[in-house]
Amino acid sequence: MDKGLELHDVVISKGGAPLLAISKSVASGEVLTVMGPSGVGKSTLLAYITGTLAPDFEAAGRIVLDGHDITDAPPHARRVGILFQDDLLFPHLSVGANLAFGLRVGGTKFERQQKIAKALDEVGLSGFADRDPATLSGGQKARVALMRMLLSEPCALLLDEPFSRLDAALRAQVRELVFARAKARALPVILVTHDAEDAAAAGGEIVTLVPI
Amino acid sequence: MKARRFLPLLPMITLLAMIGPVLAGLYGAVLPAFGHLPAAGLFGPSLAPFEALFAWQGLPRAMFLSVWIGLASTTISLLIVALIMAGWSGTRSFTVLERMLSPLLSVPHAAAAFGFAFLISPSGWISRALSPSVTGWDRPPDLLIVQDPWGLSMIAGLVIKEVPFLMLIALAAIGQVDTKRSAMIVQALGYRRLTGWLKTVFPLVYAQIKFPIYVVLVYAMSVVDVAVILGPNTPSTLSVQIVKLMSDPDLGMRLQAAAGALVQLFLVIGALGFWLIMERVVRRFGLAWIGTGQRGKYDTITRQIGLVLALFCAFSVSFGIASLAIWSFAGYWGFPDFLPDQFILKNWMRHSDGTLEALGETVLIGSVATLTALALTIGCLEAEYRYKLRVTSRGMLLLYLPLLVPQTAFLPGLQTLMLNVGLGVGRGPVIFAHLVFVLPYVFLSLADPFRAWDARMGTIAAALRASPDRVLWSVRLPMLLRPILTAAAVGLAVSVGQYLPTLLIGGGRIETLTTEAVALASGGDRRAIGVYGLMQTAAALVPFSLALLIPAIVWRNRRGLRHG
Repeated sequence: MDKGLELHDVVISKGGAPLLAISKSVASGEVLTVMGPSGVGKSTLLAYITGTLAPDFEAAGRIVLDGHDITDAPPHARRVGILFQDDLLFPHLSVGANLAFGLRVGGTKFERQQKIAKALDEVGLSGFADRDPATLSGGQKARVALMRMLLSEPCALLLDEPFSRLDAALRAQVRELVFARAKARALPVILVTHDAEDAAAAGGEIVTLVPI
Repeated sequence: MKARRFLPLLPMITLLAMIGPVLAGLYGAVLPAFGHLPAAGLFGPSLAPFEALFAWQGLPRAMFLSVWIGLASTTISLLIVALIMAGWSGTRSFTVLERMLSPLLSVPHAAAAFGFAFLISPSGWISRALSPSVTGWDRPPDLLIVQDPWGLSMIAGLVIKEVPFLMLIALAAIGQVDTKRSAMIVQALGYRRLTGWLKTVFPLVYAQIKFPIYVVLVYAMSVVDVAVILGPNTPSTLSVQIVKLMSDPDLGMRLQAAAGALVQLFLVIGALGFWLIMERVVRRFGLAWIGTGQRGKYDTITRQIGLVLALFCAFSVSFGIASLAIWSFAGYWGFPDFLPDQFILKNWMRHSDGTLEALGETVLIGSVATLTALALTIGCLEAEYRYKLRVTSRGMLLLYLPLLVPQTAFLPGLQTLMLNVGLGVGRGPVIFAHLVFVLPYVFLSLADPFRAWDARMGTIAAALRASPDRVLWSVRLPMLLRPILTAAAVGLAVSVGQYLPTLLIGGGRIETLTTEAVALASGGDRRAIGVYGLMQTAAALVPFSLALLIPAIVWRNRRGLRHG
């Protein structure tokens, strides 16, 4: 069984006209950076991988994760994590409850609280569990969003320009953190960006999508 | 899974619950209108019902009143809304006015009509305020103000209620039109505010709100409760006559009522057609007016008139409700005293049994209808989201259909049909009948916020391995708590205000606050009317306050949900 995320001959079209075509595999712990001008369909590709493609698109090609074909699996059964440029923390839940939402089912209440506290420690947010996410700074929110995703134990991580809302100093810091956490968990990562610095920091292969 | 098989069917079930009774009711009107009513031992076809109806001397006048009152009240309401929005939107006065008008939206029509009657009648509050100092009256003058033969007081009573409705609809629609920038551009071109708005923004807003305007027109042409309270009665409007025929102990009168229902339907279709033609005519004149390049010579005075008229609406409803309240507590209150001699609780105690019973019935019917409507609406919207269905504008038209068919056209037929097939009248059927009107409003109120929910929240939750059901119950619905409660409040207010479905489908045996209040109209016991009218208003207003209060308490520590 091959570890990693493979895209076999993926072609996405809209109204019969092909939009993008890609065939790549990303090994565990590696980062594939997808670049290209706006509107070329970078986010559409990620939507196809998460299983949330809008109905006005048609797609062909297989997605294989750790040896399992997940092309037809429902979104919640794919074990593909994703981070967007907005933190998208659930506004009605506290920081701790957001993390608990992500945390896999199982364990006693105490064990779960321990895991959440540990995850907060890991990103320097100890004691933030009871906070309202709306009161956090941009960098803090980004870190909570990352840990929430990682607690759900995904087998791959997709990044949809996740750093573009952060200012320059914070950006480098959060970027480093995300890549380090993903590497520590040996996750295959696909990064979508139009920022050359992001691409360079990712350090992996870079593909540039061009309009077909 | 059961849910998976059930959810895709929900849109069809919802449509059936809304459209089914309307179509059945129209069908149920056609047969008796042509003399076929087996329950009364009558077999058609025959034209006798129509002949009997046309033999009634009041018919031409009743038909005229329906059309005149409908067209006049709708036109005036639309004009006031256009003037106020054109002249004042974006100003501080406008914000104040908006805050004054929005709670009035939920005041039931009957309560507003009673309140208005208490203001303008010869012994009403306005007359008391001016007597005897200005008028010299020391007893109420013998004037026919309320229930005047031309329906003017009824038109005014409808206008003061439709202006808040149309204005809030227009405010919601304006969000989808880029008004700020076009206002800037036209003002840079040297146009005054009002003229510039009418020439650039109004056509776009009108296109967005035309269905609600048609709803207002149909409603005003066929409403019964407001017509009983404020409308003329020599003769009354066609709708009131239909209801009179329906409540006649002689079953044969139902044939005439059914014929009347069909006449009512054709009147409404005719009036809608006329309105559509007028849209074209106004468009032609409007384009010519735009072509003249006039910058707005009379803007200042027109703006003032608009503001005065809108304030008149706001004050009429609120002082009307205030006069209901005062009458309900009034002891001896002689003319022309501005206030009663003493305030007493006796009126309330005398009616406490009756009001509490009616309140219970109102709340029971309203809550069941609203909860059903909410469940169906959320199910439809969720099915649309999960199965990525597209809602066409034709689908949206179906949503308006129950509101575009006059109640007096299909409810008599529905009642007759239910009698024919042996279904009794009673509480259950009444709840279903309320659902027909509650559903569209709940759906229209919830659809936009439900669809506007950031779908990436759903993607994130699914990526966190939450099943679609878990996403719905633990992310989407909690985040939408405020719009859901608002939709519930709208549904309750609609149900509380329903008069005709309760009366006809309940067979006169289901007594809600509204039917009880309207039944008091002919008696003239102002203290009783005050008690019932105030209770009716409270039954509609309290849910709205709760819809504001509950999210504020539940989410007091969640800044991200405080304004959404």
